Amino acid sequence: MHDVSAAHHAPPTSFIRKHVFSLDHKVIGKQYYALALAAVLIGMVLSWIMRLHLGWGSYAIPGLHLLSQNGAPGNVMTPEFYLQLMTMHATIMVFFVLTTAPFAAFGNYFLPIQVGAEDMPFPHFNMMSFWVTFVAFLVLVSSFFVGDGPTLGGWTQYAPLSAVGAVAGPGQGLGVVLWAASIGIFCIGQLLGSLNFITTTLDMRTRGMSLWRLPLSAWAWFITSVMGLTAFAVLMPACILLILDHLAGTSFFIPGNLVINDQLQPHSGGSTLLWQHLFWFFGHPEVYIAIVPGMGIVSHVLIANMRKPMLSHRALIYSMGALAVLSYMVYGHHMFLSGMNPVSSLAFSFPTLIITIPSTVIVLIWLGSLYGAKLRINSASLFGLGFVSMFISGGVSGFFLAQPSVDIMLHATYFVVGHFHMVMGVAAMFGIFAGTYFWFPKMVGRMMNETLGKIHFWLSFVGTYAIFMPFHYLGLAGNVRRYQAFVTDSMKPLIPVHQFITVAALITGAAQLIFLFNLVHSRFWGEPASDNPWQATSLEWSTPTTPPPHNNFGDTLPTVYHDPYQYGVESSVGDYVMQASPEKVKTINEEA
Amino acid sequence: MGRFVAVTIIVIAIVSAIPILRHTWWMAPDISTHGQPIDDQMSETMAEAGISFLASQIILALFIWRFSNPKPGEKVKNFPGGAKAMVWAAFLLVGTEVLALGIFGVKAWANVYFTPPAANAVPVQVQAGQFAFYFRYPGPDGTFGAIHPEMLSEANQNFYGIDTDHDADAKDDIVTAEMAIPVNREIHLLMHSKDVGHSFFVPELRVQQDFVPGLDLSLHFTATKIGRYEIVCTQLCGLGHYNMKAYLSVLSQEDYDNWLKKEAALQ
Repeated sequence: MHDVSAAHHAPPTSFIRKHVFSLDHKVIGKQYYALALAAVLIGMVLSWIMRLHLGWGSYAIPGLHLLSQNGAPGNVMTPEFYLQLMTMHATIMVFFVLTTAPFAAFGNYFLPIQVGAEDMPFPHFNMMSFWVTFVAFLVLVSSFFVGDGPTLGGWTQYAPLSAVGAVAGPGQGLGVVLWAASIGIFCIGQLLGSLNFITTTLDMRTRGMSLWRLPLSAWAWFITSVMGLTAFAVLMPACILLILDHLAGTSFFIPGNLVINDQLQPHSGGSTLLWQHLFWFFGHPEVYIAIVPGMGIVSHVLIANMRKPMLSHRALIYSMGALAVLSYMVYGHHMFLSGMNPVSSLAFSFPTLIITIPSTVIVLIWLGSLYGAKLRINSASLFGLGFVSMFISGGVSGFFLAQPSVDIMLHATYFVVGHFHMVMGVAAMFGIFAGTYFWFPKMVGRMMNETLGKIHFWLSFVGTYAIFMPFHYLGLAGNVRRYQAFVTDSMKPLIPVHQFITVAALITGAAQLIFLFNLVHSRFWGEPASDNPWQATSLEWSTPTTPPPHNNFGDTLPTVYHDPYQYGVESSVGDYVMQASPEKVKTINEEA
Repeated sequence: MGRFVAVTIIVIAIVSAIPILRHTWWMAPDISTHGQPIDDQMSETMAEAGISFLASQIILALFIWRFSNPKPGEKVKNFPGGAKAMVWAAFLLVGTEVLALGIFGVKAWANVYFTPPAANAVPVQVQAGQFAFYFRYPGPDGTFGAIHPEMLSEANQNFYGIDTDHDADAKDDIVTAEMAIPVNREIHLLMHSKDVGHSFFVPELRVQQDFVPGLDLSLHFTATKIGRYEIVCTQLCGLGHYNMKAYLSVLSQEDYDNWLKKEAALQ
């Protein structure tokens, strides 16, 4: 089950090997977190600029020309610049924040510790996965500064707009090539990471750590890594084909007889729907790659703060597994109106409706487990509860979008934007926050400020509802997404709603600066943390020092005696028993 | 603090539901013959989603209220039904509910997509291009002239690339920037994109369909109310996407005939 020699490497001594090109999964996890933090700040600023423009389009935004001379003459945004910002916002958020933070950052740091290993089995791959991801990020951001700026094609990069080159608009030449190169490189990083996660889970578990004894967070990362391995393996070749259409004169995604700007295009034989199938075969599992780690993290955080295990550990694991399997069968719901065979739309509709069942099991287990708890309210548990609320709100709007007939009215409207921002955007962000407030003491050895954490929660929770609930109303009223201005008769009356959303977004965004301050301030001046500040049970709280030493557990790896969540018991230390403690007590869940 | 969280969740849930219940922002009224089942489907889904939303948020809030303030000496306990109750509830309540929705919804979808257009449906072609729609009517011969992509030119105002000099079918084709259709007659819409992906969305008609470059699609529908409506593009097509729109005039048969004559004279 475990082979300690596989990952064994001596602690590094030089600064570069310790902090830059480190093989230590904990350093790599923190590097991923830092990258996600930088990315989320950029992504959030881009959304502020977009929101200001949508609320008050004709006003100049001071300093905007610094971001793009051509895109903002006189600091007023051009239509193409809006789309470029939108594309970059989405790409940065989906890939470099929602995939990177909950999965790669926390997973790297805590998966090996939670399974009781001293590192991942392939530390060099692990180091490479981060640096490859970092390069991908630089390539993406570089598109702001070359040619006519980043691509304007949206994060979905539908062909042939994305494939025909500069003739289709600003950023559609070099901008798309850089986008596809960045995402292709990103896929390599994720594939390497996924291999490490899978192998860590299957081969690196310590004595006594059966699969069922893994914490829910570890299960979530494991399930996510299996999805990552299959999804990114499809996206990467799709990106390569897209680049070939640009650079090698191929026509994978370009049919014949296209006339753009009065020029007949020298392509023939390609399929635009092929891109959509390849993209969404990745794209829908990606939604679960973003949210399943959050489910695991939030379950883990809530259990420690409810002081009791979930009603059923296994029902949650099976449900997350079902989400992963079904995620490949539902992707066509993004394409109901794409022009694919309308029978396929129905065929994709039913798995989409069925995926409601495992999602509901997960939500009901969370709700049912709250019953009878001794719930501690702190920053981590507040964000955990906020995640549950947000996941419910974002989930029920899925009932609509799963049905092709209803989709006729809601497709490509703000309803969809509201849906995915709540269910995979904000919910996943809340998962990241819950994880941060919970694990920060272990990662840096200091506590975060609880008062600031709670203020951060209140502003974020109320703020995100104020932003994203109205998106649904806009969608019902027929407000089309990806518009830089609302010039049609039906959409003009909706502009005040957009202004309300903009104000809410700016306030909620500003609230994130409280988090940033808390993070930085606590890193240096926070109260020193004990080894187990939350009286929690899993192995990360059994490390000999805080933060854990280079090899995580000192000279000997721990032995595991229990399932991960023995709370609500009577033991010699209180109402819990650590996984690594041999003490036997009576538990409240017979299954455990 | 826990009670404050609970109250906030309940307030948010109720405030969120009010505009939905009051239809403050809602779909434009339906003017199609196939739209009613779509609207019914929307209402039923709204009822089910709304109940699920309110019920779950309220249960979440109540449990937070109660269990963040345990009584002194109280021990943790499990929900009486255990996990099995939850799994059954998910399968029976939500599973059957959404599957039933899906099954009933098939009819609304089939109305639009699984029926052939009537033999006497009025053929209208719509061509989408960056960033305008153009419409084509076949003229008295009832046949569209062939499209010659190499002749297509905005600069020469040959928006469809038709060869009026040599192609007899094309000679009487009528190309317009606005769409007009007769009321209460079925329209057979032939969809063609000349460049990239676009979409044809008329909310009042309960019609939305992507254009697929390289693959011509068709739709059919009947408008029941005279009026002027907007056609908007919903598939990101480039920098002018937001401004890609056209008007659809639903006219009486007489007005439609006159309009067509007037447009034919302008060709």
